[in-house]
Amino acid sequence: MGTLQAIPLNHYIFLSVILFSIGVMGVLLRRNAIIIFMCIELMLNAVNLLMVAFSAHHGDGSGQVFVFFIMAVAAAEVAVGLSILIMMHRNTNTTDVGFLNKLKF
Amino acid sequence: MKELIWLVPLLPLVGFLLISLGKSYFSKSLAGIIASALVFGSFVISLGVFFDVLHGDGKPTTVTLFQWIATADFHVNVAFLVDSLTSIMLLIITGVGFLIHLYSMGYMHDDEGYAKFFSYLNLFVFFMLLLVLGDNYLVMFTGWEGVGLASYLLIGFWFKNQPYNDAAKKAFIVNRIGDLGFILGIFLIYTTFGTIQYSGVFGGALNFTENDPTIVAITLLLFVGAMGKSAQIPLYTWLPDAMAGPTPVSALIHAATMVTAGVYMIARSNLLYSLSPDTLGFVAIIGGATAVFAATIGIFQNDIKKVLAYSTVSQLGYMFLALGVGAFTGGVFHLITHAFFKALLFLGAGSVIHAMGGEQDIRKMGGLKKYVPITYMTFLVGTIAISGIPPFSGFFSKDEILAHAFEVNPIFWVLGVLGSMMTTFYMFRLFYLTFMGTFRGTEDQKHHLHESPKTMTIPLVVLAVLAVIAGFIGVPHVLGGNHWLEHFLAPVFKQSEIYAHGHKLTHATEYVLMGVTVTITILMILFARNKFVSKGFVPADDSVKQGFIPRLLANKYYVDEFYNAIIVKPLNGLASFSYRFLELKGVDAIVNGAGKLVVFISGQARKLQTGNTGFYIFAMVIGILVILALNLFNK
Repeated sequence: MGTLQAIPLNHYIFLSVILFSIGVMGVLLRRNAIIIFMCIELMLNAVNLLMVAFSAHHGDGSGQVFVFFIMAVAAAEVAVGLSILIMMHRNTNTTDVGFLNKLKF
Repeated sequence: MKELIWLVPLLPLVGFLLISLGKSYFSKSLAGIIASALVFGSFVISLGVFFDVLHGDGKPTTVTLFQWIATADFHVNVAFLVDSLTSIMLLIITGVGFLIHLYSMGYMHDDEGYAKFFSYLNLFVFFMLLLVLGDNYLVMFTGWEGVGLASYLLIGFWFKNQPYNDAAKKAFIVNRIGDLGFILGIFLIYTTFGTIQYSGVFGGALNFTENDPTIVAITLLLFVGAMGKSAQIPLYTWLPDAMAGPTPVSALIHAATMVTAGVYMIARSNLLYSLSPDTLGFVAIIGGATAVFAATIGIFQNDIKKVLAYSTVSQLGYMFLALGVGAFTGGVFHLITHAFFKALLFLGAGSVIHAMGGEQDIRKMGGLKKYVPITYMTFLVGTIAISGIPPFSGFFSKDEILAHAFEVNPIFWVLGVLGSMMTTFYMFRLFYLTFMGTFRGTEDQKHHLHESPKTMTIPLVVLAVLAVIAGFIGVPHVLGGNHWLEHFLAPVFKQSEIYAHGHKLTHATEYVLMGVTVTITILMILFARNKFVSKGFVPADDSVKQGFIPRLLANKYYVDEFYNAIIVKPLNGLASFSYRFLELKGVDAIVNGAGKLVVFISGQARKLQTGNTGFYIFAMVIGILVILALNLFNK
C-alpha cells in the first residue's frame, strides 16, 4: 500500500472524472461506432479506477474484487459488441451510427 | 305439514329450472306433466298446511329459512308466515294454478313454445307463492316483482307479434309506477318502525293515533302499488291489453291470482289501513269508481277476452271497495269466489276460442251451445256466479261487500249496485251472443267447431263446481249461516276490529238490500235476453258509425289516447331530445374529444423518436446531469 498512499485520493478522483468525461464526450460527439465503443470502455475503466482507489483508501478489498467481476463482464460485453459491429459493417458497409436510424415513428 | 312449508314454493321453482334448462333433453309432453305434477305437489302440501291452521290455535307460525340481509341495524330473513290468510291464498294459487296447468296441456298442445310456456307458468307460481308466504315486506316485494316479470314474459309469449310485445311492455312499465309507490312505502315503513317484518310493524303501529300523517303516507304509497298490480284507476290500462297473452295466462295471472296481490297486500296490512280511515275512504272511492267505470266499458266491447278483462278490473274494484269500507273479510271472500268464477270464465272463453280456431270476436260467434256443450254449461255457471244469483258463489261475496258498503255510506252501495247491474248485462250479453242464436262465422269455422279435449273440460267442470259452492264458506247470519270464513280469518283482522266505524244493519235492512240487488240482477238478465235472444240484436260492425256514447265506450273513454298524449308523447319527446342533444352532442362529444386529445398529444410526442441514437444518448446525459444538479442544490 505504501507507494499508492503517497498519491492523494483527490488525484485518482480527478483522473477518473477526466477519463469519464472524455468517454461521455466521445460517445456524444463521435459517429464512428468503434470509437463510441472504445469510449464506453473508457467510461467503464474510469469507474474501475475510482473503485480501486476507494478500495485502497478504505482498506477494504471487496471493491477490488468487484473490479475483477466488472472486467469479466466487460470482456463478454466486448465480444457481443464487436460482433454487432461486424454485422453492422457487413450490412451497411460503414461504421457510421448515423445510418442506424430506422427505429423511429 | 307446517315444517314442509318451504317445499310449497320450492317445487314450482324446481319445475322452472328443470324445464327451462332441460327442455331439449326430454319430450314435449313430459314438460307439461312435470310442471303440473310439481304444482299439484305444492297443492297437496298447501292442503296439509291449511288443515294444520284450521285445527291450530289461530296463532300465526313463522318459519325462518335463512338470513338474507344482515347489516348493522337492518336484518331481513327469508321467512314464511303461516296463518289463515296465507293458507287460503296458498290453496287458491296452487289449486287454481294446478287446474290451469292441466288446461294448458290441452290448450297449448300445438304451440312450439310448449315447454317454455310451462317453465314460465311454474316461475309465476313460485313468485306468487313467495309473495303470499313472506313474513316481511321485502320478501313480499320480491314476489311482487317476480310475478310482474312472469306476467311480462307470458303476455309477450307470442313475441313475434309486435302488438303483443307492446302490450307486455305496457304492463311492465305501468306496473313500475305502482311498484315505485310500493317500495317508497316500504322505505317509509322502515324509517318509521325500524323493521319491515309484519309482526314488528303492526306491533309498532298500535302506538300511533288514528290518521297519523306517517301512517296515512305509508298506506297511500302501498295503495299506489296495489293500484298498479291490481289494475285500479288510474293504472288499470295495462290489464285489458294484457289479454294478448295465451288464455290460460289471462285466467291464472290476470284474473285469479296476480291481480289480487294488491288486495292481499292491503288485507295483510289491514291494521295500518284501519289506523288511517282517510286512506280507507280513498281506497273505497277508487274501488267503487273502478267497479263502475270498467263495467261501462265492458258493455261495448266485442272481443270475448276484452269483456272479461274489463269485468276483472271491475270486480277488483269491488274488492277494493270492500277493503275501503273496512270489510277485509268481504274483500278476501270476493277474491276467493272471483278466482274461481273468473278463472272458469276465462278458461271457458279459451275453450270457445279454441273451438273457433282463434277467433275472439263475439259478433262472429253465436249458437255455439250445441257444438261445445260442456263449455256452454260451465260458462253459464260462471256467468250466473259473477252476476250474483243466489245460491251461486258470487251472490254471497258481492252481497257481503254491498251490505258493508251500505253501512259506511249508501253512495258506495249505489255505486256497487250500478256496477253489479252492468256486470250482469255485459256478461249475459257476452253469453247470449256467444252461445245462443245462430252461428255467424264462416263455413270453415263452422266445420272446425268441436268440444275441447278432456284436459281442458275437466278443469272447467271442477271450477264450475267450485264457482257454485264456494259461496257457502261465507253464508251470512241473516241467511242462517255462521260465516265460516269470517271466523277462520278473524285472527288476521282481529286488531283492526276496534277501529271499525260502521253500525250494524238490522236484518230487515239486509233483506231489503238483498232483494233489491237480486231483483235488479234478474231484470237485467231478462233485458239482455230480450235484446240479444228474442230480438236477435248483434252489435254493429266497427265500420258502422255509432252515436257518441257507444263510440266513447267502445274506445274505452279514450283513456289510452289521453295517457299517450299527456305522458307517453312528452316522455318520448324528452327521450329523443336527450338522445339528439345531450347524448350525441354532449356525452359523445366529451368522450370522443378525450380520445382525440390523447391522439393529438401523442402524435406530437412521438416526433421525439427520431431514430437518431446520438440524440437519445444526448437526452439521457442531459437527464442525468439534471438529476445530479437537483441533488446537489437540494442538499
